[in-house]
Amino acid sequence: MIIHLKTVSGAHVGAQISVSNIMRQVMLALLPATVFGLFIFGWPAFNLFIITVGSAIFFEAFCIKLGGKLAKPVLMDGSALLTGWLLAMTLPPWAPWWIGVTGSGLAIILGKHVYGGLGQNLFNPAMLARVALLISFPIEMTTWANVSPLFFSQSPGLSDSWHITFTGLENVDARTGATTLGFIKTEFSQNRLLPDILKDLSGFLSFIGWTRGSMGETSSLLLFAGGVWLIRQGIIQWHIPASLLLTVTILASLFHLIDGQHYLSPLLHLNSGAMMCVAFFIATDYVTSPNTATGQLVFGAGCGLLIFVIRTWGAYPEGAGFAVLLMNAATPLIDHYIRPRIYGRDRKGKPLEIPKT
Amino acid sequence: MLSLFKKPRIVGGVHAEPHKSATATKAIITHFPLPKKLYIPLQQHVGKPAEPLIRVGDHVLKGQLLAYSQGVISAPVHAPSSGLILDVNDYPAPHPSALPIRMIVLETDGKDEWITTQPMDDPFQSSAEIISLRVGAAGIVGLGGATFPTAVKLNMGRENHIDTLIINGAECEPYLSCDDRLMQERADQIIDGVRLMLHGMETDNAVVAIEDNKPQAFLAMHTAALPYSFIKVIQIPTRYPMGWDRQLIRYVTGKEVPAGCRSSEIGVTIHNVGTAHAVHHAIRYGRPLLGRVITVAGGAVKKPMNVEVPLGTLISELFDFCGVEIEKTARIVMGGPMMGESLPHTGLPTVKATSGILALTQDELKDTEEQPCIRCASCLSVCPAGLRPFDMANNIRINQLDAAVDLGLKDCISCGCCSYVCPSNIPLVQYFKYASGEVMARQQAQHKAEQTRRLMESRNARMERIAQQQRDEEIARLAAKAEREKLKSEQETVA
Repeated sequence: MIIHLKTVSGAHVGAQISVSNIMRQVMLALLPATVFGLFIFGWPAFNLFIITVGSAIFFEAFCIKLGGKLAKPVLMDGSALLTGWLLAMTLPPWAPWWIGVTGSGLAIILGKHVYGGLGQNLFNPAMLARVALLISFPIEMTTWANVSPLFFSQSPGLSDSWHITFTGLENVDARTGATTLGFIKTEFSQNRLLPDILKDLSGFLSFIGWTRGSMGETSSLLLFAGGVWLIRQGIIQWHIPASLLLTVTILASLFHLIDGQHYLSPLLHLNSGAMMCVAFFIATDYVTSPNTATGQLVFGAGCGLLIFVIRTWGAYPEGAGFAVLLMNAATPLIDHYIRPRIYGRDRKGKPLEIPKT
Repeated sequence: MLSLFKKPRIVGGVHAEPHKSATATKAIITHFPLPKKLYIPLQQHVGKPAEPLIRVGDHVLKGQLLAYSQGVISAPVHAPSSGLILDVNDYPAPHPSALPIRMIVLETDGKDEWITTQPMDDPFQSSAEIISLRVGAAGIVGLGGATFPTAVKLNMGRENHIDTLIINGAECEPYLSCDDRLMQERADQIIDGVRLMLHGMETDNAVVAIEDNKPQAFLAMHTAALPYSFIKVIQIPTRYPMGWDRQLIRYVTGKEVPAGCRSSEIGVTIHNVGTAHAVHHAIRYGRPLLGRVITVAGGAVKKPMNVEVPLGTLISELFDFCGVEIEKTARIVMGGPMMGESLPHTGLPTVKATSGILALTQDELKDTEEQPCIRCASCLSVCPAGLRPFDMANNIRINQLDAAVDLGLKDCISCGCCSYVCPSNIPLVQYFKYASGEVMARQQAQHKAEQTRRLMESRNARMERIAQQQRDEEIARLAAKAEREKLKSEQETVA
C-alpha cells in the first residue's frame, strides 16, 4: 500500500480564521452605528452609502483586472467593501454622489493599489481619501445635515433624497448646521467662552448620536459597543483604543482643569467628532498600525496627542484624520525600533549572559 | 505573595484543538503482530550514523547489537526481534524527501527469541558512569522527538552540575497521547527511570511537568512519585508549545537559556517521559531500546490507538492494523500535526523519533488558498521565540535572506504556531525551512569558494617560490661559474 502525496511543512492543522472572516466581523461591529446613522440622516445618507461602497468595489475590481488577475476571489475577501464602508461612515451624510465616488477612487486606487494592494499600503485608505476630500472640497465636506430621521414628516422622502444626492441640496441654511466641534471653533473666534457656548448642548443626545456629524460617527455609544465587542472577539487588541482614548482624556482633563473657559472637557472630546470611530475602527487597521503591543501603545498615544493638538490649536475643528495619517507615516519607524525580544537574547539581539552561580 | 510577582511567564503559543480523546482513553495495544520484515535505519538519532557489525545472512537474536555507536555523539542500533539479516542497503527514509539512507533489513523468524540480558540488581550501588554507559549501550535517545543520545546528555549533566532535572510530560501536540497513556499505565516504571537518570547525572531534584489537560496521567505520576520527596510532579497550563524544552524551562525554573547555549549550561536538563521509561527497562532488565509506543490517529483512521511496535515496522503495516482508509487520507504526518513532517507514502519505517503517525483527511487540514499578508501580527503574538514571522517571510519572498537572518531566522524553532493562526494561510514555516536550508547551502558554497581560493593562492605562492628558488639557483650557478672562470684565468695568469 503506497500512496503518493505532496509533502508540505507544518502546521498541518489551523485555526478557523480567514481574512474574509475578520472583515465580516469588523463589518458586524460597525453595523449598529451604521444603521443608526442611516436612520437619523434618512434616504440621502442611504444613497451616499450605497454609492460609496459600490464604487469602492468597482474600483477594486478595476485595479485587479488591470493587474491581470481574476477579480472575484479577491473581492470575496471583503476588504474593499470594508474600505468603502468606513469611508462612507466618515462622510457628511448628505454629500453629493460624486464625493462618494471620488472618495472611493482615492481610497482604493491611490490609497491601496498604487502601493501594491491589500497589506501593502502605508496609509489607511479611508482616512487618506477623507482628508484628500476635505482639503479639495471644503464646502461639501463641511455641510452637515440636520438630524432628520427616516419616516419623519420633515425628513426628505425618497424622491427628495434623489435630488439631494444627484443635483445638490437646496435651501441649505434651513437644513444644515455646524457640528459641535465646528460650532465651538466658530464661537471661540467670536470671543465667546465655553460655558456660554455650551449652554444648549445636550451631552446625552450626542452620546447616543442624535446630533449633526458624519454619517456613522455620531453615536459614540454604538461605536464604543462595537469596538469592545471586536476586542472581545480577539479581532483587534485593546492597546491602540485604550492608549488613544486615555491620552486624549488626560490631556483634555489637564487643560480643562487649568482653564475651563477655553479648553473642552474630556467628556466632550471623547463624545464628539470621529473619536470613537477612529479609536476602534480606523487606528486599529492592521496594515497601517504597529505590530507589537508596545508599539501599538505608542501609536495610540501619538494619535491621541495629535487629535488633541489639532482640535485645540489647529485651524480645523476635527483632527482625527490628520492624526491617523501622521501616525501611519510613523508606523514603520515604530516597528523598526520597538521589536519583541527574541528568546535567549537581549533587546539588541545579543545572547543573554549565562548567570553566574 | 512573592511567588505571585515572580510567576514565570509563557510567551506566545496557541490553544490548538486537542483531538486527543480518540486515543487517550484507550489502553496501549501491546499485541501488534510481529511484522515479517523490519527496516532498521542506521541513523535514528542526532549525530553520526551507527556502523553495522553484522553481515547479510547472519542470524540474530532479539536485543542483539546490530550496529555500534560511532563517535562521541551517536547511538547503537539493536535487533527488535530475532531473525535473519536480509540486506544492508539504502532504502527510503521516513522523511518528506523519502531519500534513501542506510538500513538493515531483518526478516523475523517469529520466535522473538531474546539474547541473554544483563539486568542490574541494585543500580544505585554502582557509579553514575556505569549508568551512563548502560544507557548509551542500550541505544536510548530522546524519545520526545529530538533524538539526542541520552547518555551524552547524562554525561553533560554530570559535568555541568545540574541542579534540576525536568521531565517533559507536556505532550502539547494535538492528536498525540502516547506519553499520556505511558504515564497513566506505567507511572512506576517512569518514576524509576527518573530516579536512575538522577543517579546517572548526580542530580538531586527532578520536576515532572504535565499539561493540565491530562489529570489522570498527573494523578498516576503523582501517586508513583509520592515515596520520593525529591521528585515533584506539577501541572502546567495547556498551551502549545508548552513542551518546547526552553519554554518549559522558563516556566518551571524562571530561567532562560541564552541563545546558542545548551540548557545544561544554566544548570537544567530536560528529558522526555518516554526516555525515562526506556532507561528503566535498560537498567533494570538490561533491555535495549527495541520499540516504542506510537499514537496512530487522524480522521482517516477507523481504529485510532496507542500501539507498541518494534522499531523498523513499516507505516503501511501499522495502517493496515489500525484500519486506515486510503482514499480518505489526504496527508500522512509523522509526529504531531503542528511540527510533524508529512510523508509522501507509507513504505517507510517507524524509528525511535516516531511519536505518532497521523492519517489526516482533507477536512482536517488547513489547506486553503494563500492570500496576501494583512499584517494582522497574529503570528508575532503567538511566536514563543519572540520573532516577527511575517517580516521574515516578506524578506524571504524577495530573497533577502540576510535580512531574514538578522530578524532571527536562526532562532525559529519551526513550532508552527504562526502557520496555525495565519488568516491568510501563508505557509510561514515552509518559508523558514526553505530559507534556513538555502542559507546553509550558501554558506557551504562560500566556504568551498574560500577553500578553493586559499588552495589556489597557496599553489601560486608555492610555484612562485619554486620559480624564485630556480632563479636564485641559476644566479648562484652563474656566479659560481664566473668565480670558477675568474679563478681559472687568475691561475692561468699566475702560471
